[in-house]
Amino acid sequence: MIDASTTFSIAIRAIKANKMRSILTSLGIIIGVAAVIIMLAIGNGAQITIQKEMKSMGTNLVMIRSGTSTSGGKRMGHGSQPTMKAGDGNAIEEKIEGISLAAPVLNDAGQIVYGNANWSTSIIGTDNRYFQIKDWDLKYGRYFSQTDVKNAGKVAILGTTVVKELFGDVDPLGKTIRVKGIPFIVIGVTTERGQSGPGMDQDDMIYIPLSTAQKKVTGISFPDMVNMIMLQAKTAEDTYTSQEAIKALLRQRHNLGANKDDDFVIMNLTQMMEMMETSTKVLTILLGSIASISLLVGGIGIMNIMLVSVTERTREIGIRMAIGAKSWDIRLQFLTEALVLSLIGGLIGVVFGLMGAWSVSFFSSFKAVVSIFYILLPFSFAGIVGLFFGFYPAYKASLLNPINALRYE
Amino acid sequence: MALIDLKDIHKSYPLDGFDLEILKGITLQIEKGEFVAIMGPSGSGKSTLMNILGCLDTPTSGSYFLDGAPVQNLTPDELAEIRNQKIGFVFQGFNLLSRTSALENVELPMVYSNTPAKARQERAEKALKAVGLSERMHHMPNQLSGGQQQRVAIARAIVNDAPIIFADEPTGNLDTKMSIEIMQLFTELNERMGRTIILVTHEEDIALYAKRVIKIVDGEIHSDERKKK
Ligand SMILES: Nc1ncnc2c1ncn2[C@@H]1O[C@H](COP(=O)(O)OP(=O)(O)OP(=O)(O)O)[C@@H](O)[C@H]1O
Ligand SMILES: [Mg+2]
Repeated sequence: MIDASTTFSIAIRAIKANKMRSILTSLGIIIGVAAVIIMLAIGNGAQITIQKEMKSMGTNLVMIRSGTSTSGGKRMGHGSQPTMKAGDGNAIEEKIEGISLAAPVLNDAGQIVYGNANWSTSIIGTDNRYFQIKDWDLKYGRYFSQTDVKNAGKVAILGTTVVKELFGDVDPLGKTIRVKGIPFIVIGVTTERGQSGPGMDQDDMIYIPLSTAQKKVTGISFPDMVNMIMLQAKTAEDTYTSQEAIKALLRQRHNLGANKDDDFVIMNLTQMMEMMETSTKVLTILLGSIASISLLVGGIGIMNIMLVSVTERTREIGIRMAIGAKSWDIRLQFLTEALVLSLIGGLIGVVFGLMGAWSVSFFSSFKAVVSIFYILLPFSFAGIVGLFFGFYPAYKASLLNPINALRYE
Repeated sequence: MALIDLKDIHKSYPLDGFDLEILKGITLQIEKGEFVAIMGPSGSGKSTLMNILGCLDTPTSGSYFLDGAPVQNLTPDELAEIRNQKIGFVFQGFNLLSRTSALENVELPMVYSNTPAKARQERAEKALKAVGLSERMHHMPNQLSGGQQQRVAIARAIVNDAPIIFADEPTGNLDTKMSIEIMQLFTELNERMGRTIILVTHEEDIALYAKRVIKIVDGEIHSDERKKK
């Protein structure tokens, strides 16, 4: 049996002997590998974007809004008729095993004024659990205090976008702003979060204590009203398993008889995100598979040229066999040649793929993110393609009879 | 026990629907250390016989014992092994690998006997020195004269220390001076190194170097004479 390094150098020599042809043959593989890398990078980029959004929204998140469920006879939009109370959230947090935190949210929108500057933004009445659920730190300042909550203190925590619009470079801490005409003191600024989706700037918000919102800023139709309760489950699993218990508890608290529809809607954001993640995964696989077809076509090109090469080198094969090459030696020689050809193509393809992925990120709104795995995958696939399509020509070469091969003109 | 023992070897090729018989029952024994010349008119079947003797081709019928072991039913890979280990073949028309240096051509048999690269090179250099081509080791075949190419082919045939060397018209396209040099090389291999040498030629003065001359006419042995020394 012939050793690996000799086989390899024979293959390199054969490839070098026909440089132009070898490059053209590899072109299919080059394009294929580059295409797969770019497609996988685009899919991977989408996945990473979603994961980032998911993290910025808070992990293991469940939201409860007022409103009738879709199974009811007459459908109203979510929250069209407020039914939720902050107390509902506290009860859930206390009684449902899988839920660790419940933050009440009463939202509103309005003008915020500081000096001559004014800015329209979302106003969120909540408590510190909101920041805990979102795992959101303050850039500076402090969270709400017990006194703020108890006395419906007129204090506000601002998002960075609001700070930028109202204060510019001025330090906002301790300054008085007017929220819907009412003076508030700025006590803190959240760290920057960025977009949670197209046009959804998470930093364009201000936060005030729930009690303040309920009593002084937003009109409420019944005591302790909120629009929404944000829940954090202990595990992703709990976001699914706690739902029935939450539903039962709320129905009981809202005195809903057996024949009545739910007056709230439970939205499992974790589930929604997981679904989006799955669909981008599917998209990645789909894009990758389509690109792989061009890799396969590249493999056919290799097979074609290898068949030509075997015919051209019939005499060489005859000499090798006459001198003692066994069928495996001949097979190995041509397989190695096909493999080297496809791996060289693969290598060049990786370079072009990286350049392509970079240009996609640079010139379009897609974020193409390459990872080692998504480079090694098409590269090794190119190798497999080379072996697969090299096998038949190699096999054909090994079947030659030495006398006939030597006589071949 | 003879080194080569042929019994009633037939070889025919299918041609236009019926078989064309080239070898018509060859029975022949060659002992170890002999120097045999096979002669005969063109087309008489000399190369065909050599190819069978050299385990490159298989007979249509008949039996062939090489070194006491039957060869006619071996697989292609087993035959390759025998060609590699026991036989050195110098072809009619040198059959060197093109775009491959003389040294690498000579290394080739050892590539397939899995000799380490270093030993391979040393032995190939030695073989090339033995045929007087030390200075041309790194030349490609197309940079060598016919006689030099033939000597590379001989170096390749002797490099694996094969006990039998077959040469098909080794002086076919060489001038007289070159032919004499090549024949002296074969004589030396036979007398000094004890190799068995079987060569095909149609030149009487080349056949003079051999100790035994077998004449083939029309696929049959016409005469078989041993020279008395
Ligand atoms: N593969 C083949 N198919 C058909 N006929 C063949 C084949 N190989 C050889 N022959 C025929 O067998 C005959 C003997 O050929 P061979 O090569 O053995 O002759 P030779 O004695 O070596 O002649 P030369 O001195 O010219 O080399 C020729 O007539 C040739 O045409
Ligand atoms: Mg001949």
